[in-house]
Amino acid sequence: MNFWRVPFDANDIEVSRGIVYILDDRCKGCGYCIEYCPKQMLEFSPKFNKKGYHPPVAKNPDDCVNCHYCEIICPEFAIYSVEAKPSE
Amino acid sequence: MKPAVLTGAHYITGDEACAEGALAAGCRFFGGYPITPATEVAERISERLPEVGGTFIQMEDEIAAMASILGASCAGVKSMTATSGPGFSLMMENIGLGIVTETPCVVVNVQRAGPSTGLPTMGAQADMMQAKWGSHGDYEIIALAPSSPQDIFYQTITAFNLSETFRLPVLIMTDEIVGHMSEKVIIPDAKDIHIVSRATPKGRKDNFKPFKPAPPYGIAPMPAAGDGYKVHFTGLTHDEKGYPVMTVEAQAIMMDHLMNKIRNNLDKIIMTERYRLDDADIAIVSYGVSTRTSLAAVDEARKMGIKVGLLRLITVWPFPEDQVRQLANQVKGFVTVELNLGQIHYEVQRCAGYKVPSYLVGHPGGSVISPDEVIKVLKEAF
Amino acid sequence: MPETSRKTSKSPVHPLDDLLRTDRIPHIWCSGCGTGTAFSSTLTAIKGSGLELDNVVMVSGIGCSGRAAGYVKLDSYHTTHGRAIPFATGMKLANPKLNVIVFSGDGDLFAIGGNHFIHAARRNMDITVICVNNLNYGMTGGQVAATTPFHAKTSTTTVGNPEAPFNLPLLAYASGATYIARWTILHTRDLTNSIIEALNKKGFSFIEVLSPCPVNYGRRNKEKSLDTLKLYKKGIIKNNSNPADTDIDFDKGIILGKFVDIDKATCIENYDNTCRLI
Repeated sequence: MNFWRVPFDANDIEVSRGIVYILDDRCKGCGYCIEYCPKQMLEFSPKFNKKGYHPPVAKNPDDCVNCHYCEIICPEFAIYSVEAKPSE
Repeated sequence: MKPAVLTGAHYITGDEACAEGALAAGCRFFGGYPITPATEVAERISERLPEVGGTFIQMEDEIAAMASILGASCAGVKSMTATSGPGFSLMMENIGLGIVTETPCVVVNVQRAGPSTGLPTMGAQADMMQAKWGSHGDYEIIALAPSSPQDIFYQTITAFNLSETFRLPVLIMTDEIVGHMSEKVIIPDAKDIHIVSRATPKGRKDNFKPFKPAPPYGIAPMPAAGDGYKVHFTGLTHDEKGYPVMTVEAQAIMMDHLMNKIRNNLDKIIMTERYRLDDADIAIVSYGVSTRTSLAAVDEARKMGIKVGLLRLITVWPFPEDQVRQLANQVKGFVTVELNLGQIHYEVQRCAGYKVPSYLVGHPGGSVISPDEVIKVLKEAF
Repeated sequence: MPETSRKTSKSPVHPLDDLLRTDRIPHIWCSGCGTGTAFSSTLTAIKGSGLELDNVVMVSGIGCSGRAAGYVKLDSYHTTHGRAIPFATGMKLANPKLNVIVFSGDGDLFAIGGNHFIHAARRNMDITVICVNNLNYGMTGGQVAATTPFHAKTSTTTVGNPEAPFNLPLLAYASGATYIARWTILHTRDLTNSIIEALNKKGFSFIEVLSPCPVNYGRRNKEKSLDTLKLYKKGIIKNNSNPADTDIDFDKGIILGKFVDIDKATCIENYDNTCRLI
């Protein structure tokens, strides 16, 4: 995120982290998750799934903030995120 | 709460007897719409159902009425609707849904002269072929034809029992004359009334197949919505799980099941009455209100020396083909007496194999056929 | 390190899989079709509503949205065209403990099923009606519907629709619905919350969900599914709007939100208090 100025507590706030899971063979390549991920961390995979669609792939997996938006906008039940343990 | 079974002697109309028969059979939901001459069924049952813990609703049209009774039945409650010709036509699509989803319910058609608006206050028996073929596609259905208010009372109970046993809509094809006539109706004690309810599943709730044939008649038990079986019912061609399957094979399997569950159990479904047929030369085939005409005609004709007998159809569908075939070997002709321009007449002709002549005594409706008209044909034709 | 997991030795399990008939997934809806999202939203709402799942029933009609009943792992009934609401009425009256959801489309609910809609709303039948509005008859190839915008192209109005569409919230309001909301599939969380409110609310609840139809309506009107979602982004959320002011105008921005949330005696309450002996 680009800040106009850096908030004083920028280093104290714990941003949620997530892991995104993709069920490739359910995907129909609509692109909603890619378009609407707030962190723009998904892109079309060059690979094809069983039906010939390009499922998404996380291009920057570390950026996932577990917002679940891909999960709820996906019409195919093909993607979801879970909380990443903040162990790292 | 008042009793569902009004044991005792009553002087009521056929429509009212139908309502009482339904309550005695365990019907606790009626989704109706007014139409002459069936309105009185709805009127009586609208007062009686809340008295016995049931629910009545007058829906916005006959299509909704038929859909609502299917919904109630899927929720586990015995349900019924009553209508006449124009409403019967409207209900056809959803009767098909009831057939394919194997949902028990009873549809009463108090027939009136048609086609279209016709003679709303005058009876006929001209929806008989529609009862069998009215909805699109192939299917088997059960249709009963009562001939008096007392008869309607018992046949309504039979209709419910058959629909619950064989999981399909059962039709009661009565007519305005029987529906509006007042006669003595004796209602027995509740304990003397035999009631059948649908088989419900026991055992594992996951993976239950609501359309998998099961003994004794090859019909699956039917869970109600809310029982936890998580069933899927669809009007699409489906497999035993209820899931829609779009293949020729699935259609063949499903249709075999729907047809055979009736065709393989005809001995438990078909009901007829034979009157003076043993030595008869001529067989009258009749049903519903025309039975009364035919009985009088048989007795009159016998006095004149004509050896005629009556095959009365209680179940008009499935049609008692075997009985008519056998009679074709015995008699020299058939006379079908029905209040229409020839409907069951063609079934008789077909089953008689055109071996012997077959005559129709009928007219397009509005009044009962007089026994004289039957005797005229008996004398002239034979 | 967080990572994306694809086909590991144990396949990932989507959180809604327990409410899905997974043996029938992937479903038949087209790539980019919003029905899947509206359906997913409904399943999330069912889970989040706190209702006993055995008592939740889905009834659908015929059309693309109507197929939803075949994918949900609850008692579900895929009925005839336009007749989901009277079927649901019979079911609810026979067993008032059931929580009946009617999940269907604009053509099924408002053209052939219009009469049933207005009467169920008038009676304040205690059901929740979720209407996936894709502005045409999708399943049959994209014909004009009662909700198709003026001058829009469909397969039976190739030069433009000569008719004005319904204002669905106004129709529901005039008929007596006690909960009326309109969302789009883009406003997924609002939609889910609306469905939860509707499920837990007594009375006739109606939620209109605008959805893209990329293969039919979208294709004929030069809208790719992402273009349609951009139109939805222009939507203005105005809760408690007067339903008369909520005609859909994509240029000005569609009005979304919860428009009506009132309390009235339900059909069953009225029947019990009027017709039943004590």
